[in-house]
Amino acid sequence: MLAFLLTLMLLLGIVIVLAYAERKVAAFMQDRLGPTEAGPYGSLQSVLDVLKLLQKEDIVPAAADKKLFKLAPILIFAAVFAGFAVIPFTPELIPTGIGIGVFYLLAIISLDVVGLLMAGWGSNNKYAMLGAMRSVAQIVSYEIPAGLAILSVVMICQSLDFQEISYQQGILLNRFPGLEFEKNWLFGIEALGINTTNIGGITTWNIFRAPLLLVAFLIYFIASLAESNRAPFDIPEAESELVAGFHVEYSGFRFAVLFLAEYSMMVLVSLVAVILFLGSWNTPLPNLTTLKFADWTTGTVGALSGILWGGFWLLSKTFVLLFLQLQIRWTYPRLRVDQLMHLCWKVLTPIALGIVLLAGIWRLLMV
Amino acid sequence: MLFYVFALLAIVSGAYMVLTRNLLYAGFSLLLTLLSVAAIYVLLFADFVAVTQLMVYVGGVLVLILFGIMLSSRVHDKSVMSENVNVGWGITIALLTLIGLGYTIWQAGFSSLPWLQQTDTDVLAGQKSTVQLIGIKLMTDFVLPFEIASLLLLIALMGAAYIATDKQKV
Repeated sequence: MLAFLLTLMLLLGIVIVLAYAERKVAAFMQDRLGPTEAGPYGSLQSVLDVLKLLQKEDIVPAAADKKLFKLAPILIFAAVFAGFAVIPFTPELIPTGIGIGVFYLLAIISLDVVGLLMAGWGSNNKYAMLGAMRSVAQIVSYEIPAGLAILSVVMICQSLDFQEISYQQGILLNRFPGLEFEKNWLFGIEALGINTTNIGGITTWNIFRAPLLLVAFLIYFIASLAESNRAPFDIPEAESELVAGFHVEYSGFRFAVLFLAEYSMMVLVSLVAVILFLGSWNTPLPNLTTLKFADWTTGTVGALSGILWGGFWLLSKTFVLLFLQLQIRWTYPRLRVDQLMHLCWKVLTPIALGIVLLAGIWRLLMV
Repeated sequence: MLFYVFALLAIVSGAYMVLTRNLLYAGFSLLLTLLSVAAIYVLLFADFVAVTQLMVYVGGVLVLILFGIMLSSRVHDKSVMSENVNVGWGITIALLTLIGLGYTIWQAGFSSLPWLQQTDTDVLAGQKSTVQLIGIKLMTDFVLPFEIASLLLLIALMGAAYIATDKQKV
C-alpha cells in the first residue's frame, strides 16, 4: 500500500515536471518563450493546468456508450500504472520483486490497448474511433521489435527479474543473492582478460557488456516512441486530420486521467530503457585505480545514501531519455501510415531478429 | 478466500458474456474473465502461465476479437446483436457436457488422491519463479510437441496470408 502511494506521488511529480518541460523545450526549439506568467519562469503552469482540468465539468456525450466511456480512462491508467509495480527504483526499493518482471511488464502494457479500443468505441465519434484504431494497430505492431530487443537483453542477462538485471550492471553485482561469484569482463568476454567487476560504472552497463545491445537499445527506443504515440509516430492523434485522436470527446477529470496515462507511458518506457540498457540505478562513473568514483557515487546499500544515489541516477538517466523524446517531437515530421508499417515490419523487425541471434552467440562467448 | 473472489468474478463475467445480446459487451466481459482466470493461476503458483495468459489472450486474441467486432458491426447503422438459435440442441448438449464433467470429477475423488495429500504447500521451494523449470522441460522432455506446435502456428500464419492476398488474374 505504501509502495502504491509513493509510486503514485513520484509519478505525479515527474509528469507535472515533464508537462512543463515539454512546453518549455517546444518553445525553445521554436524560438518562443513558452509559459512565463505563473510562478518563476512559468514553472507553476502545469500545476495550474491540472487544477483547471479538475474544476471543469465532466461532460459525457449524449450519444456515447456511457458505461464504456466512463470506464475507459480508468482502465488505461490502471494498465500503465500496473507496469510500475515491477520497476526497481534503488538497490533495495522495488514495489514487487517478482521473478518474471520483464515478461509481466510486456503483458500488462497490452491491457492498455483494450482500454484504447474501449475509449474509441465508447465515444461514438468518427475521429475517436479512427484514432483508437490507428493507435492500437501501431502499438500492436511495434510491440514486436520492442519485445525482440528486450528478449536480446534477457538472453544476455539470463534473467527476467528487473532487480537482478540491475545488479548485473554495476559494482554491486556480488551483493545479489545467487550472483555472489559472478564476474563482469570488458565487453562480457573473459578472453580479453580485463575484469570490470570492481571497476563498475559505464563499463558494466548492458550496452558495454555486449556492445550489440546498443543497436537493440536504438530499436527499443524507436519502438517505444511508437508505443507511447509520440511524434514522429503520432498519426493516432494527428491534429490536422483527427482533431485529437481517441480522447477527442473527453473533458475535465477524465481528460486529466488520459493525459496522465499518456505521460506515464512515456516515463514507463524510458525507465524500462534505462534499466535494461543504461545501467539502471548504477552510477556511470567507473573506479579508476585510486579514484573510487563508482564507490563514492553509489553510497551504502540499505542506508539513506544508497537510496538517494540510486534514485538520483535512475531518475536523471530517465530524464535524459525523456528530453530526447521531447526533442525528437520537434525535430522530425510525422510518418505516413505506410512509412510507419514499412519501418516496423521491413526494417526494425528483421534487424531485431538478427540481434536476438547474435545475442545468443554473444552469450556463448561470455560463459 | 481470494480464490473465491476471483472464481466468482470469473463465473459472473463469463455468464454475462454468454447472456448479453451486445457482442461488444461480451468481448469486454471476456477481458474480465481472462483476468480473473490469470489471478487464479497466480494463486496456484503458476506465475508464468498467468502472464502468458495475459500476453496471448488479452494482448493478442481479445484485441483481435474486438477489432473484428468493431470493423464488422454497424453494417446497417445498428449494432450487431447475437440471436438465439438451436435452443433445444444447445441446452441438451450443455447439460450432457455438465453431467459428463461432473461425473468425471466425482469419480476422480480429489481429496483422496495420494500425491495431493503428500505435497508441500511450498511449491516453488526456494525458486524465484517457474520459468527455469519450464524452459528446461520444454527443451528436453517436451521438445517434440513444442516444435510441432510452432510448425502448426507457422502453417496457420502462411494460410492466413495466402487467404488474405488479392489473387490478381493476369
